[in-house]
Amino acid sequence: MFDLTGRTALVTGASGGIGRAIATALSEAGAKVALSGTRESVLEEVAATLKGESAIVTCNLSDAEAVDSLVGRAEAAVGPLDILIANAGITRDKLLIQMKDEDWNDVLQVNLGSYFRLTKTVVRGMMKRRYGRIIGITSVVGVTGNPGQTNYCASKAGMIGFTKSIAQEVASRGITANTIAPGFIESPMTDGLPETQKIALLGQIPSGRLGQGADIAAAAVYLASSEAAYVTGQTLHVNGGMAMI
Amino acid sequence: MSDVLERVKKIVVDNLDVDADKVVESASFIDDLGADSLDLVELVMAFEEEFNIEIPDDVQESIRSVGDAVTHIKAHI
Repeated sequence: MFDLTGRTALVTGASGGIGRAIATALSEAGAKVALSGTRESVLEEVAATLKGESAIVTCNLSDAEAVDSLVGRAEAAVGPLDILIANAGITRDKLLIQMKDEDWNDVLQVNLGSYFRLTKTVVRGMMKRRYGRIIGITSVVGVTGNPGQTNYCASKAGMIGFTKSIAQEVASRGITANTIAPGFIESPMTDGLPETQKIALLGQIPSGRLGQGADIAAAAVYLASSEAAYVTGQTLHVNGGMAMI
Repeated sequence: MSDVLERVKKIVVDNLDVDADKVVESASFIDDLGADSLDLVELVMAFEEEFNIEIPDDVQESIRSVGDAVTHIKAHI
């Protein structure tokens, strides 16, 4: 696999399923990983399972000041950052007609606003060092849309447009920016679905199974590697074929 | 202080990969020295580091020539 020895990474939402899988895979590939999230005890559990060096930097992504200081805190812990994995996200699902301003604002602020702030603070050092990997975890629904998720889909589509723009701004400095768009990934949420819904869900996925965190993590390790230097501004869909776009 | 121009020149030559004799006070970074907007941001970052100063965003926008940079740096160090 791809070697990330000597690289450093910040992973937001590292206490969740996908974030944890990405942190684990980056660590296995040799990177030093700063784990961010809101639940310190869960982050400690994740850190304990990593074989490489790691650090915990808690952060509430709805707090702009905390987000602005996150890169600095991560760099104090693991060194100048080579890789940013913006994975944290929230949902406030409702039909648009019932959606409150705060449902909209919270989702846009945490999912998209924090991506803007983190990228802005991390890209400065990457420019100086002439190397960087910015990876936003978006979603298949950011491209296809999904009823009940106007806010979430807007934030995820926003991440894609943002990434394509920053990718163009800093490509000449050895920095790539890409997004990964997971499809349905097995999680406590999908575990709780009734059997009939699960069968219907699987009917939409040519691979015939839900995705695993490790499927997304493998894509992240690839995009974080020096071998992916010529891939930038792209959205890598990891969805078992449920949407071919 | 008198070496501010020389230190600025060196940074510009290194960053923009241009001949030192082109880096005169009247030279515009963009029109004469081939810089783009991102190069300008990087130049300011390099000046900040070299002279250990902070150049506010609104001032950055007014730095268009080698002479502008020297003037602003001298005023801030």
